[in-house]
Amino acid sequence: MSESFQLRVNDVEYPLSVDQGRNLLGVIRTEIGLTGTKEGCDDCECGACMVLIDGQPVNSCSYLAVQAQGREITTVEGLAEGDELDRLQRNLLEVGGVQCGFCTPGMLMSATALLAEHDDPSDDEIRIGLSGNLCRCTGYARIIEAVRRTADGA
Amino acid sequence: MSFTIANTIDDVLTALAAGARPIAGGTDLVVGARQGKAPLPADLVALDRVDELRTIGPEPGGGIRIGAGVTHATLVHDATVVGAATSIADASALVGSPATRHVGTLGGNVMNGSPAMDTGAPLMVLDAAAELRSLRGTRRLTMTELWTGPGSTAAEPDELCTALVLPAESDRSGSAYVRLEYRRAMEIAVVGAAAAVTLADDGTIARLAVALAAVAPTIVAVDVSAMIGHRVDDNVLAAVALAASDTATPIDDLRASADYRRHTVGVMARRAVDAAVRRAGGEPIGVPVNRSIGIGVAS
Repeated sequence: MSESFQLRVNDVEYPLSVDQGRNLLGVIRTEIGLTGTKEGCDDCECGACMVLIDGQPVNSCSYLAVQAQGREITTVEGLAEGDELDRLQRNLLEVGGVQCGFCTPGMLMSATALLAEHDDPSDDEIRIGLSGNLCRCTGYARIIEAVRRTADGA
Repeated sequence: MSFTIANTIDDVLTALAAGARPIAGGTDLVVGARQGKAPLPADLVALDRVDELRTIGPEPGGGIRIGAGVTHATLVHDATVVGAATSIADASALVGSPATRHVGTLGGNVMNGSPAMDTGAPLMVLDAAAELRSLRGTRRLTMTELWTGPGSTAAEPDELCTALVLPAESDRSGSAYVRLEYRRAMEIAVVGAAAAVTLADDGTIARLAVALAAVAPTIVAVDVSAMIGHRVDDNVLAAVALAASDTATPIDDLRASADYRRHTVGVMARRAVDAAVRRAGGEPIGVPVNRSIGIGVAS
């Protein structure tokens, strides 16, 4: 049976009518049409589906859409200001922290939450902050460098 | 089919009495449903907006009361927990990833009943009680009474775990949780061990408790009564390791063989006692112990 509710994603309210068992990832991608958030493992292991709920990172593959009502959801599409990338996105591109790009939206969301909580994280805090996100291309070093640069004000 | 977002404990208890099942962060329930382990219950009541479940405070008459809805992320940093129930902070810091820790709760970890749960062995060595409430009343069970097998508890379907209650800790006490893991994040304990110790004025052991994770159908306590009155040295630590390995009844699975688990749980128990004794003596060992003593630290 469908549940009718609203989700607030990137400051926009979306009225929805979906089954209560639907996961947040599927609803964001197919009902709302924001496809920046990726489905990797669909099993809470890889972090490609990471979104922010009230500023905190959540694996959207394993979170019920209906449970996110009344919360502020942020996806990767919510980071840029119009055509202007935010500093973290720009730093990730400039240091070469993006290869195939599949993990990138999830990395950006975990790093955004980390930087909101720690304005000067240690390298170990960065590693822990990104520990729920797998990348099979970069070896992580340049992603960590991009977070470091952003924290340093670049 | 229904989904109720509760705001009070009474809302939750009413929904449970009508047949709904509780969902906190959903990190076990939703993942399990998606993997096909168990279908999602038809009627759900969400606990994550019940403020009464998300507080940590003193228990009337002494001790600490931790609301069942407190998240792992909070437990890692809460001054009361880190100060007086450090092993719970050690365990919470190892759960999943930042995303898991922000939505996963202590009550969820406890009531899911996995024998590999990280917070279970710390709760057992700290002599915690689980407070269970229903419209019929409130009762408290020890952790041994609560866990009845893998994924099963003594709670009735209409009962909600509302808090974990810890007795007051004596001076010169410390606790620690150590686990064997193959990676630093999104890991389940291969084996784990918690220890809580109180030292007498002369430095000998006045109280010691050790419990093990992922080596039996439930979290299990180890009989370490023979160590009381002794000073902690290599002989005592070796005896703890032997007692832990003897208590374990592990299984073979894809993460480890039974023999490997039986051996390594002794090593973890020994390290947990050593860290707990050092903390009891006033030595600051950072949370989690795993990182502070070099397990899984980036080189």
